[in-house]
Amino acid sequence: MTVSSQALGTDPSGAAMHGDDPAEAHGSGPAGRYSVLDVARAEWIKLVTVRSTTWSIVALVVVSTGIGSLVAMAKASQFSRHPYATGIGFDPTRLSLSGLLLGQFAIGVLGALFVTAEYSTGTIYSTLAAVPRRHLVVIAKTVVFGLVAFAASEVTCFASFYAGQAILSGSAPYATLSSPGALRAVISGGLYLTALGLLALGIGCIVRHTAAAISIFVTILLVFPLILQALPTSYINAVGKFLPANIGLVLLSGSTPASSILMEHMFSPWVGFGILCSYAVVALVAGTLSMIFRDA
Amino acid sequence: MIEVQGVTKRYGDTVAVNGLTFDVRPGNVTGFLGLNGSGKSTTMRLIMGLDYPDSGSIRIDGRRFRDLPRPLNKVGALLEARAIHPGRSASNHLLALAAANGIKRSRVEEVLQLVGLEKVARKRAGKFSLGMGQRLGIAAALLGDPEVLLFDEPINGLDPEGILWVRNLLHHLAGEGRTIFVSSHLMSEMALTADHVIVIGKGRMIANSSMADFLARNRRQAVRVRTPEPARLRQAIDEMGATVRVGHDGVLSVEGMTVEAVGDLAFSIGVPLHELSSSGASLEETFMDLTRGSLEYTDGSDLGSDGSRNDVLDDVVSS
Repeated sequence: MTVSSQALGTDPSGAAMHGDDPAEAHGSGPAGRYSVLDVARAEWIKLVTVRSTTWSIVALVVVSTGIGSLVAMAKASQFSRHPYATGIGFDPTRLSLSGLLLGQFAIGVLGALFVTAEYSTGTIYSTLAAVPRRHLVVIAKTVVFGLVAFAASEVTCFASFYAGQAILSGSAPYATLSSPGALRAVISGGLYLTALGLLALGIGCIVRHTAAAISIFVTILLVFPLILQALPTSYINAVGKFLPANIGLVLLSGSTPASSILMEHMFSPWVGFGILCSYAVVALVAGTLSMIFRDA
Repeated sequence: MIEVQGVTKRYGDTVAVNGLTFDVRPGNVTGFLGLNGSGKSTTMRLIMGLDYPDSGSIRIDGRRFRDLPRPLNKVGALLEARAIHPGRSASNHLLALAAANGIKRSRVEEVLQLVGLEKVARKRAGKFSLGMGQRLGIAAALLGDPEVLLFDEPINGLDPEGILWVRNLLHHLAGEGRTIFVSSHLMSEMALTADHVIVIGKGRMIANSSMADFLARNRRQAVRVRTPEPARLRQAIDEMGATVRVGHDGVLSVEGMTVEAVGDLAFSIGVPLHELSSSGASLEETFMDLTRGSLEYTDGSDLGSDGSRNDVLDDVVSS
């Protein structure tokens, strides 16, 4: 208090403001309009200066790699005891990446929080006071989060893959990146998580509430498949392939619907990825419109 | 310069702002007065383009807020003290805002020094006291060195030294030719800070005038009387048609009579006086009467479409 009072208390004409001539001083600044790049830089600073980002990414990597390793260990010992039974449909790539089915919730939380934390803390007022063209905020968040999520997810996929294969290699069939479908699965696994994160970000823009956004995200991934199980098989086959969780199953597997009986009713990896992306786009467009047309 | 033209805003069935029209001019501190819930914060959010009016228009130097090329260079606002992520440091909060409008990093250090937060700039804002939060909000408002500044209840949570600091800051900024719009529910604070005053009640305009005119028009003189026989004196004053209030300390406060008239009256009925002096009714009291009167009147809803309340103001003051 003392320091600042001195700054203004006795001699308020101090050098606090820009320039010497008050009439010229304020309202100055770089010419031209702020750009989406400026907004993206702001969003980058916001993303990397809160702890929830660090924790979400640590959770993503540790949980995914850890669970993947545990599954690989279990399967390896199972295989050594019952090689023929376990060997049917044995997909070492999928086993090593199975931890991502839990890790995906960390990326969803990160995506949702990137928007909803602005609403819960009131930061959104500062954000929109600086960037009233609100679509730029969503675009900047999408790009910044998309890049961070993709990098983190790919690191996770490669780490899970190498850890899992190292464990399997002692006592069971294992894959290398040159095995059929392995490299594709590791790459598409990261893309899958990125698309899911963007879906959560879009949901966050629509509902503006952390718990609500995460609940919806979890419902889509966990509850929809359960509901589907209650339906007749013909429905399961017709509708099931559209569920993000099932698309993810294919994207995280080294085998494909064409080569595996377990996934015969699913979309092929890239078709499924395209459909998943369209969900994310729909959520992001709806989120942008919601942001533009509703009060902050 | 802020121009608000016939702005109305509803939230569901509630009319938060009702046909407000006013200008906020540069070089002045314009006080924005109203009780809590009268629509001050809503009006500020509308000016900042955060909420959209149902009708009417708002211009800042002739432009809509969303069309400003670099908003922070034109308008700075302290809207809610806690409009910051508690896990982010003060300096990172300001760096992100600066980046959004292409403001250089060095300016962040400048404003942190200006508000006296340079020593805690790297601390997480969640650990800040209410007063420090206000200072950070003020730093954010000043970040773009803007011509127009909005402060919503800036002295909330500040200690007396902080209040003085804000008062000096506002005068200093207005002296530089900036447009300063500051809301408060404290009449006495505004009387010290503002050159011009806009009073609203239930979202409607009650008064819009220079502070000097406002005070002159609304200043009520009262006579303070202390006597061992208050009942008799009271009755006599009632008969003269003046109004008497009895304070909790037994002191009578008379309105509508001069000091001389009260003294003569007491002498003529033989009531001894222990104290007789003139005093102004407190500004807060005046303000409360003014807004309370307007609220009752508002239910009649027969106001001019321009939202002008000067007729009502006169009614309230003369009653």
